[in-house]
Amino acid sequence: MAEASVRSFTINFGPQHPSAHGVLRLLLDLDGEVIERADPHVGLLHRGTEKLIEYKTYLQAIPYFDRLDYSSPMSQEHVFCMAVEKLLGLAVPRRAQLLRVLFLELTRIKNHILNVTTGALDIGALTPPLWGFEDREKIMGFYERASGARMHANYFRPGGVHQDVTPKLLDDIAAWCDPFLSTLADLDALLTENRIFKQRMVDIGVMTLKDCWGWGFSGPLVRAAGAAWDLRRAEPYECYSELAFDIPIGKHGDCYDRYLVRMEEMRQSIRIIRQCLEKLAQPDGQGPVLPENNKYVPPRRGEMKRSMEALIHHFKLYTEGFHVPPGEVYAAAETPKGELGVYLVADGTNKPYKCKIRATGFAHLSAIDFLSKGHLMADITAIIGSLDLVFGEVDR
Amino acid sequence: MDDRLDELGQAIERALPGAVTGHSVAYGDLTVTAKASEIVAVTTRLRDDPDFQFACFIDVTAVDWPQREQRFDVVYHLLSPTKNQRVRIKLAVEDGESVPSIVSVYPGADWFEREAFDLYGVVFTGHPDLRRILTDYGFEGHPLRKDFPLTGFVEVRWDDQQKRVVYDKVRLAQEFRNFDFLSPWEGPDYVLPGDEKAKVG
Repeated sequence: MAEASVRSFTINFGPQHPSAHGVLRLLLDLDGEVIERADPHVGLLHRGTEKLIEYKTYLQAIPYFDRLDYSSPMSQEHVFCMAVEKLLGLAVPRRAQLLRVLFLELTRIKNHILNVTTGALDIGALTPPLWGFEDREKIMGFYERASGARMHANYFRPGGVHQDVTPKLLDDIAAWCDPFLSTLADLDALLTENRIFKQRMVDIGVMTLKDCWGWGFSGPLVRAAGAAWDLRRAEPYECYSELAFDIPIGKHGDCYDRYLVRMEEMRQSIRIIRQCLEKLAQPDGQGPVLPENNKYVPPRRGEMKRSMEALIHHFKLYTEGFHVPPGEVYAAAETPKGELGVYLVADGTNKPYKCKIRATGFAHLSAIDFLSKGHLMADITAIIGSLDLVFGEVDR
Repeated sequence: MDDRLDELGQAIERALPGAVTGHSVAYGDLTVTAKASEIVAVTTRLRDDPDFQFACFIDVTAVDWPQREQRFDVVYHLLSPTKNQRVRIKLAVEDGESVPSIVSVYPGADWFEREAFDLYGVVFTGHPDLRRILTDYGFEGHPLRKDFPLTGFVEVRWDDQQKRVVYDKVRLAQEFRNFDFLSPWEGPDYVLPGDEKAKVG
């Protein structure tokens, strides 16, 4: 039989596609089932966050960060707070550092559960999200008990965290660690050695380390390619330098290694959480969660009832806001998705002059044409899943 | 820490005389200023020289200073994972002046340059595909410029007669309220009229 001529197709993947993890419009040029070119159209969720922040005081800008990557809200707030603290020269009290690290690691687990399980769902495994989301829900419960909100926490402040947590919450987090590890073991048993899962993930979307750096990759993606690069170790912030944890790395830089790195990171996060809980119980883990400097930090409610000065401070902080000295800083932290950076330019007033959010997913998504060339149409969902994209962050 | 960054800045200035015009260290960050036309040579050297090894691309963006003659700062951030160092490169360019693209040096710069073009209108020459990226298809203007209003110029709505989404001029029920809260915290430093009499007698 003569070979049939294969017509090439252009397919519109998304913007409303369950595997697009949000609103990604992907134009795929196909030769049969093989991808020749992938042209992503982003910006469907662009809300002008950077422009809005230029019109808000520093304190009012924090909630916008929750809404960037809505699967790891506290990590985003943290980077902005770090940038402001760097400009103000504000030191974070020890208890606040411990609470920050505790919630940052809970956030990492929350993000990785979402990514690993829905990544598996994209390639046909329905059970993982059903099992994993129960624990994700519990983490959101912890969020709510600390900050009052399940998702958009607005918990971090320049200088510390908004308020202290109750001892009962810390006990409940400690009690949650073991059951979570057994859920994780169940997920591991379900996926890691699963033949179909491996067929879909191994050797898909391979990126060498050199390419990873050039494309601006970070986080689990460079670790899967073999670099033991983690900002928690390379540029230690908060109290990470005194905590023991390992950095998992992969060897092949494919989708499967990225999955393995994320699974191990969750176990390491539990290790960090346990150390934080232990340190929070010790005498040097007690104390204030915000610096006692009312030029930047609002006074406590009880103080305001008695002190005229406290009342004035409160009024000034919530109308005018604090002033930040002129200068520019770049602050970056290891968020669950990779390096999130905030490039903040201050002009000495109460509002940022410019706030550029260096989104992790933006750099990752830009390489999708490079990653998916020559793969089958069906592999694109595995690749998108392994890049850990959230469009709130990509589009800003 | 700051000494180490200062040394690095001096080394970069020595390695690229003429192209790099200066360096400064502030808030623990090293900033290098360079000539816009030399940016490809600067980034190539910073990436390949074994003394620097800035292999990891981080960010390209711009800052708008409308009162300046050279209106935009184009700002690059690079990271050296082997040396664990960061550098910021700043170029001052005029409105309408173009900057050579560094996509050939760092492929990851592709979308970041598109974004800077989209939001600020800085043109990158030699970019393979300089389209808008974040704003709508057919959008006009560059929204992060300081003279672009926060509320924009147009808004979209569904038109029932035409059965499609149409653009209208933006109409606000209330103007955007941008209060001027700026005031010195510590009280005014000028003499209130009449105050000079207080000391007399």
